[in-house]
Order: sequence, then C-alpha cells, then structure tokens
Amino acid sequence: MDFNLSEDQQAFQNIAKEFAKKELAPNAAEWDAKSEFPVEVIKKAGDLGFCSLYVAEEDGGMGLGRLDASIIIEQLSTGCTSTTAFLTIHNMALWMISEFGSDDLKKQWCPSLCSGKKLVSYCLTEPGAGSDAASLRTTAKKNGDNYVLNGSKSFISGAGETDCLVLMARTGKEGPGGISCFLLPADIKGIEYGKKEEKMGWRNQPTRTVSLSDVEIPVSYLIGEEGQGFKIAMQGLDGGRINIATCSIGTAQAAIDAAQKYMNEREQFGKKIGEFQALQFKLADMTTELVAARHLVRLAATKIDSKHPEATVYSAMAKRFATDIGFNVCNEALQIFGGYGYLQEFPLERYVRDVRVHQILEGTNEIMRMIIGRRMLMEGATEIIQ
Amino acid sequence: MKVLVPIKRVIDFNVKVRAKSDETGPDLTNVKMAINPFCEIAVEEAIRLKEAGTAQEVIAISIGTNACKEQLRTALALGADRAILVETEIEVEPLGVAKLLKAVVEREQPELIILGKQAIDDDSNQTGQMLASLLSYPQGTFASKIKIEKGKINVTREVDGGLQTVSLDLPAVVTTDLRLNEPRYASLPNIMKAKKKPFDTLTPEELNVDASPRIEILKVSPPPERPTGIIVNSVDELIEKLKNEAKVIS
Ligand SMILES: Cc1cc2nc3c(=O)[nH]c(=O)nc-3n(C[C@H](O)[C@H](O)[C@H](O)COP(=O)(O)OP(=O)(O)OC[C@H]3O[C@@H](n4cnc5c(N)ncnc54)[C@H](O)[C@@H]3O)c2cc1C
Repeated sequence: MDFNLSEDQQAFQNIAKEFAKKELAPNAAEWDAKSEFPVEVIKKAGDLGFCSLYVAEEDGGMGLGRLDASIIIEQLSTGCTSTTAFLTIHNMALWMISEFGSDDLKKQWCPSLCSGKKLVSYCLTEPGAGSDAASLRTTAKKNGDNYVLNGSKSFISGAGETDCLVLMARTGKEGPGGISCFLLPADIKGIEYGKKEEKMGWRNQPTRTVSLSDVEIPVSYLIGEEGQGFKIAMQGLDGGRINIATCSIGTAQAAIDAAQKYMNEREQFGKKIGEFQALQFKLADMTTELVAARHLVRLAATKIDSKHPEATVYSAMAKRFATDIGFNVCNEALQIFGGYGYLQEFPLERYVRDVRVHQILEGTNEIMRMIIGRRMLMEGATEIIQ
Repeated sequence: MKVLVPIKRVIDFNVKVRAKSDETGPDLTNVKMAINPFCEIAVEEAIRLKEAGTAQEVIAISIGTNACKEQLRTALALGADRAILVETEIEVEPLGVAKLLKAVVEREQPELIILGKQAIDDDSNQTGQMLASLLSYPQGTFASKIKIEKGKINVTREVDGGLQTVSLDLPAVVTTDLRLNEPRYASLPNIMKAKKKPFDTLTPEELNVDASPRIEILKVSPPPERPTGIIVNSVDELIEKLKNEAKVIS
C-alpha cells in the first residue's frame, strides 16, 4: 500500500491549485457578496477539463478516476467552495448522461457539457420529497412518441442559469422502482423557474424551484430505461457525495492555512497567540482530524474506482465524516481569528457558511448514518466493512 | 522552424526561501519546485510560434538532476513536442549550462533558442548571453515582443527609459522579459498526452562538455531581519524623520 500521489495526480493537483489561486480565490468574496454566478470562469475551468473529470473519453470527458477527481476538486475548493461545488454537481449529472444515455442523446449533449460551454442541473428533490426521495411525485406519462411531465422540483442548484436538467420523474408504480431519469433542455415549453432562494452560503450560485406543466419531451430523452431512474440517481450520488465531501476538505484546508498564519502573527498578552497551548492543541486536533477525513474520502473514491460492492457505504461514511469535520475545522479556524473571523473582510465566515450545507445536501448526514447503520446490521457486515 | 527552449527547475515563486542552518545553500527539503517563471514565458512564446505556423517543432531542454523531469513534463503538457534532459548531479553554473546548450544546439540545429532572461533562484542573468557568444549568434535580450519575418526576428526589448527594437538574423538567441506573454494553464488532456511525447536523456559526458563548477560558494545566509516600523502622527513628522533620521530626502 502506498499513500503517495502518482506523477499524473501531482500534475493534476498542481494545475488545479494554480487555477484556484489565480482564477477563484481572488474573486470568491465578491461573487459571494454580489451573488454572482461566475459562468465565464466555469467555462475557463471547462477548457482545462474540470467540467468532465470522470466522464468517459469517448464522450469527450477526461476519463479520470474518482480518486483523481477528488484530488483536483480538493484544490479547486480551496479557492472557491461554492463554484467548485457547482462544478461537482455538473460533473455528476453529466456522468449520468454519459453512463446511461443513448448514443443520440450523448452525441447531442456531451460535447458542449464536457467543455463547459453548456451546464447541467440535477433535479431529484421535491417540496414533499427530500430525504425520502423515492416518494417523489413528479410524473412522466407516455403519450405516443412523447412523455408528458408534470410536477415540481425544489432546491435545484444552478437552475435558471443552466442549459439542461437531469430530472427524476415517476413513470410507474409507487416507490423507487417506478422512477425514471430524463434529460430536459432548460428552456423547453412548460418549464418555469422560481425566484432565486436567499441562502446562508453557496451564495454565488442560484438555487431555484423548477415547475413543470405539461412539458412534452420525445421518448429519446429518457436516460437509461423506464424504472431505472432511482438507481441512476443513487449511483450518481455515490460519486456526488465524495465530491461534496472533498469540497469540505479543501475548504477546511484553506481555513487551517489561514489560521496557522494568523497564529504566527497575532499578538495578545505580549506574545504570539500561537504560543498559547490551548490554541496549539486546537490546531493539532484540526489538522489530525482533517488528515483522517481526507484519507477516508480518498479510500471511498478508490472503492468506486475498483467497483467495490460496498462503495455506497464507504461513500456515505466519507460524506458524513468529512462534511462534519470540514465544518468543525472551518468553525474552529474562525474562532482562532476571534472577532476578525466574524468579519467579511476575512474568508473564515464565508468558509463556515459555504460548507454548512454539505452536511445537508446530497443526502443529509442523518441519512448517511441510516445507510451505514442499516448495512452494518446485516449478517457478516462487520467482516466486510472495516 | 525548430525552437529550443531551455528551462530551469527552481523553488516555486510562492515559497518563502530559507537558508540551511549550516549556510551551505537554500533549504530544499519538502519545498515545492516549479519551472522558472521566465522560462515558462519562453515555453509559452515558443508554443505560440508553433500555433501561428511559424515554428514546426518545440523542444524543451533542462539540465540538472532526474527531478527536472517534472518540469520538462510540465513543458510538454503546455505544448512542447519533445524534451531532453541533460542529467547531472553537478550544480551547473551559467557558463556550464551555456556550453551544454551549445553542444545540443549543434546537434539539433534550431533556428531559434528562447530562454528566460534569468532564473529566480540565483538571478544570474547570464546564460542566454553566454550561449549567444559561444555560438556566435545574435542575441535579443529582455524581449517584450518578438516578430519573425523572412529569416529575421525583430525583438522589442525593455530598456531603461523605453523600448528598443533590434532586428536579428536567424539563427538567434532571445531571452524573455515578464511582459512578453501570459503563460496558459496546462489542460488535463495535455497533461495526460505529455507522457507519450518523446523524452531523451543525455549526459555532459555524451556531449563532451566539462560542466564542473568554477565558482566556490562560501556561504548562503538569510538577509538581516527588518526592524519593526513605527507609526508617525503627521505628515510633518514623517518628513522630519525622512530628512533627519533616514536622511533619504533633503
Ligand atoms: C443549497 C442547496 C442546494 C441543493 N441542491 C440540490 C440539487 O441541485 N438537486 C436536488 O435534487 N436537491 C438539491 N438540494 C436538496 C437537498 O438534497 C435536500 O435538502 C436534502 O436531501 C434534505 O431534504 P429536505 O430538505 O427535504 O429535508 P427533510 O428530508 O425534510 O429532513 C428534515 C430533517 O429530518 C431528518 N430526517 C429525515 N428523514 C430521517 C430519517 N429517516 N431518520 C433520521 N432523520 C431523518 C433530516 O436529516 C433532516 O435533519 C439542495 C439543498 C440545498 C439546501
């Protein structure tokens, strides 16, 4: 076993770090303050390949593994958590199209989505179906060569500014087996977007409800087969959870970097605050926990890469742990900054606001525990999941 | 046209450099290394010449330990066609580098050699000039703009008080200044493609060059720490202090 990055991974890491430093970090505060969705910078990221990290090369993607992707995403999120988080949602939804979509659909959409010229949103959540996503009520009824969709989706990241939607709707019976996955052009007739939600964090990307009334779409816009939708959604989310976990890791690393510098500069009681053992212990714990979380995320990523049968459980563990640790580390770093941590002049309060939602979306951390706990009660699980 | 771009592996410009405690040199343990920024500008310019159809092949070359492969691979990822490492454990000085490059130029016959004007580690600003002299090629140093036409290269140079344009016959040596261009990022596909590009390794012996150092470094020590500043209460006080204490104005 070797925990070192390969030469390629180091090169990926370097380029992502440079991009974060030059293109994201200097603007992140302003984008947050003005709620500005940086489409141009996302396109630039697309030029380098960041919009299609683990999408198949045949479809125009980079064909990287999830571990490679995590290494890149971590660096990007040190520059801007919210922009990077959106990029990861785009990557996840695009992967679903590339993995399960028909050749025609892929030919039409993948090139421009891979390059970042077009962007995609992921639509699972509904006003009445959050954690219990399988209870969703948006319907798609077959009518000749078309499906007709009705219903509404809530909390859709990027909605209103993206070019297409990967959307789950019910084509059959109650429960997960009746759900199918569709690709919808964002401007299709019958689709309406709600107002931009006012949020605590992730303020530089729009979050909106999406309402569908009699939206007609050719049957060729079905992704995968009828009834496969929930499986596709959950498989996508395994990767999505690693990505979101990674966004917390990268942000927490940026918070530790800032806190460490501050401890060596700020003086109180006639000495550097870094000389107080209470703060040294805090920094020690923050670093130890962050390293542990980073490696759990990387472990889970390798489980997906090797198609391990328990990849879902490892992804859930990584998401739960890394987003909790990531939030705590950012919060402790804010504490080390004292009152200045609370001011928008420094990035700490933004880090805290941005990573908070990672504990909620793509499955709340309670749901992550549910996935892990249920699996652990099964016969022989303690032998397998270690 | 063939372009040769020599690049140097140096401490990344973001790193705060520290001297080793025994004062024998800078401390390189665990320090991030990168392509010298001026060399990166040289690589970018060469790639632009290729994209414009002026150049057909861009060769990146580095002289140093096996670790320099990392920077050569970056150059390949940025768009160079092939790379040459002249591998040596010796810390080669500008004259040694120039002699080695001359030997490679004789083998490869490039029409243009673009180098960084200096490396940000030792700030020598000598290699390009020495290379031009050894080859008896014309040189255009501190280039902020270049233009190639009919066997000639016009080099706009940043000089004190303005810009000077010199016209050189090819083959020629050009060294880059900061404003020549803004280097691109390497894209992920190009990073992956870089691995498949030709990569040759040579040694000073194979090139028949004696690159042993001629300068002895006595000691490398950190600059004295800056004393903390003071806050003055008024402009008058500031002027008074600048006049009488710092004696920088009269
Ligand atoms: C900024 C933002 C962006 C988002 N982007 C997207 C997007 O792009 N696409 C998309 O589809 N969705 C998106 N979401 C939705 C997100 O995935 C949901 O908010 C999340 O899944 C939780 O659903 P809910 O909000 O309905 O909470 P609920 O499901 O109502 O949960 C409320 C509370 O009850 C707990 N709970 C629920 N069930 C259980 C249980 N069985 N056991 C124990 N505790 C339980 C939850 O953990 C939570 O604490 C986004 C959300 C936010 C805030």
